Amino acid sequence: MVHMEYYLIVSTIMMFAGIYGFLTRRNLLAMLISVELILNSVDINFAVFNRFLFPGQLEGFFFSLFAIGVSAAETAVAIAIIINIYRNMKNIQVRNLDKMKW
Amino acid sequence: MEYTILILLLPFLSFILLGLLGTRLKPSVAGAAGTIVTGAVAILCYWTAFSYFGAGRDASGVFPTLIPWNTVWLPFGGSLHIDLGILLDPISVMMLIVISTVSLMVHIYSFGYMKGERGFQRYYAFLSLFTMSMLGLVLATNIFQMYIFWELVGVSSYLLIGFYYTKKEAVAASKKAFIVTRFADLGFLIGILIYGFYTGTFSFTPDAPALGAAKALLPLALGLMFIGGAGKSAMFPLHIWLPDAMEGPTPVSALIHAATMVVAGVYLVARMFPLFIGYAPEVLHITAYVGAFTALYAAVVACVQSDIKRVLAFSTISQIGFMIVALGVCTSADPHEGGLGYMASMFHLFTHAMFKALLFLGAGCIIHAVHSNEMSAMGGLRKYMPVTHITFLVACLAIAGIWPLSGFFSKDEILAACFRFSPVMGGIMTFIAGLTAFYMFRLYYCIFWGNENKELHAEHRPHEAPYSMTIPLIFLAAVTLFAGWIPFGEFVSSNGQAYHIHIDWTVAGISLCVAAAGIALATWMYLREDRTVADGLAVRFSGLHKAAYHRFYIDEIYQFITHRIIFACISTPVAWFDRHVVDGFMNLLALVTNKVSWLIKGIQSGNVQRYSIWVLGGALGIAIVLLLI
Repeated sequence: MVHMEYYLIVSTIMMFAGIYGFLTRRNLLAMLISVELILNSVDINFAVFNRFLFPGQLEGFFFSLFAIGVSAAETAVAIAIIINIYRNMKNIQVRNLDKMKW
Repeated sequence: MEYTILILLLPFLSFILLGLLGTRLKPSVAGAAGTIVTGAVAILCYWTAFSYFGAGRDASGVFPTLIPWNTVWLPFGGSLHIDLGILLDPISVMMLIVISTVSLMVHIYSFGYMKGERGFQRYYAFLSLFTMSMLGLVLATNIFQMYIFWELVGVSSYLLIGFYYTKKEAVAASKKAFIVTRFADLGFLIGILIYGFYTGTFSFTPDAPALGAAKALLPLALGLMFIGGAGKSAMFPLHIWLPDAMEGPTPVSALIHAATMVVAGVYLVARMFPLFIGYAPEVLHITAYVGAFTALYAAVVACVQSDIKRVLAFSTISQIGFMIVALGVCTSADPHEGGLGYMASMFHLFTHAMFKALLFLGAGCIIHAVHSNEMSAMGGLRKYMPVTHITFLVACLAIAGIWPLSGFFSKDEILAACFRFSPVMGGIMTFIAGLTAFYMFRLYYCIFWGNENKELHAEHRPHEAPYSMTIPLIFLAAVTLFAGWIPFGEFVSSNGQAYHIHIDWTVAGISLCVAAAGIALATWMYLREDRTVADGLAVRFSGLHKAAYHRFYIDEIYQFITHRIIFACISTPVAWFDRHVVDGFMNLLALVTNKVSWLIKGIQSGNVQRYSIWVLGGALGIAIVLLLI
């Protein structure tokens, strides 16, 4: 029997890896991947809590499925934005994208 | 009589039309349109008067007060609401005749006088606006509607005085007229508000309980209203705008500053007369003293002015003083008891409008002929301008009060009313009547007789005015000749009952003698070629002459009070406070905001990852705080 904590440890590691990547990666695509990591860690949490704490119910599973769907859509939008940024700037390095400052 | 609404709508439409089309119309078309509309209005007014007086008196022996058209414009709750409507009673119908007649004459006259002027269309548009507002003023059903049109009249007067807007004096005069009358209207407005607040209505005739409740404050309200009236009617010390208003075109002076607008104050007092006599007779008597002083002051000043329009302006002020005195000396509402002055005042208003318009239009012809307002440019004009000469003489005789011209009858009634009030008042007014005769004939002789300015006339030969200008003169002269025979008391009297005018030949005899003496003195002093007597007197009483020529320095006193006291001691410090303290505080706020934002704007670097660090830090901070609590 795998304890709930093991799942949570994995998802926590994924979460902080994602945050770290989001803050430090220089490439927009890598940042996007980091965001996906964060989202997936949350999905795991949903599934785990449902499985261990409320075994007779399905809301947690459904919610993680729902979040996967939303994150797919979000990825599509993000990629579209990144492509547009590339077309305009010929560049997707985060450091160079400071057009939106004061 | 619903058609009476057209009396207001027609000139209004004409104003809109002429104002909007402006220079896209040919001047003659614009003038013709304005004149035809005014002609139609005049016909409507005559028809209204004919059918109103023709319908006869009701069972109680008075002409009924009709409201053929009325609409609630602004309800305030309860009985307090502002209405817009049309009220017909003997004095408003009488005023309709005066305004439409003079306005029509001025419209016709302006064809000749304003020919070729720039802004001819604008001029006719403003004339229409004025006609509309003046008619609205007299037809008002309540005091607030009267106030609305009162201000419209003031605006059109302002626009017309400043018609030659490239001329500096005209602009200054229009501003002065507007500010002085507006200042007086402040009193009028406060009076209306007190009246409306305490009686609970803006109507001219509140019911008895409302009046009982407001009894203590009615004298104050009526006194404040009279201040407004004094401003419009140029009573001392608010008269200063009227002489300057002569900068406007002369027909405008005839219409607005002689015949119609300046008698609005008289009309206001007459309109509120039942309240004055019933609740504030002492205020009414104060108006009499103000009027008498104004009449005397203006008559003295008129004796020494050299600009013919100024003489006429002061003569107007003096004559309006007569009307106010006549109203003020009333002691009861019964014309047989002590209410004769009411009828006399309205009668004089009617006759004065006609002969004063005639004088101004005549002066316009003279100015048109010699291109100057100064008497020194005139003299001996009777040979060149026979029609103007005769009509001017008729008007001078009328204003001097010579039988059988119209001025005699109305002035005689005023003097009779004054003698009934007190012999002193009667004596003073008779003396002023003599002065009137003197200065009018001084004017007449200086223009048409005496020393001719031959150099100037040789250079530019004076000529009789065109028909468009002389026909109104002849018409008005005819009215002046015969208006005295109108049984005026049958139409207008203080309690509405028919009053049969009977001339008091003692009073009439005295006034005729005084007028004849004034004329004789003027003839002796000014008819001859040399002016030794007049010049000698001017030197002998040089102090008085100089003071009177400078209008007793009233303008200078105003100038001193406004500039040295109000502007220097109040306005300048207030302006300094506003500029430095109030504005300074606002500037400080803006400056601080600006500096701080410069300091902290670096946070917004545009770098997404830095933002997310702030977000993360914030989230962690909140989490720590929540955990610790």
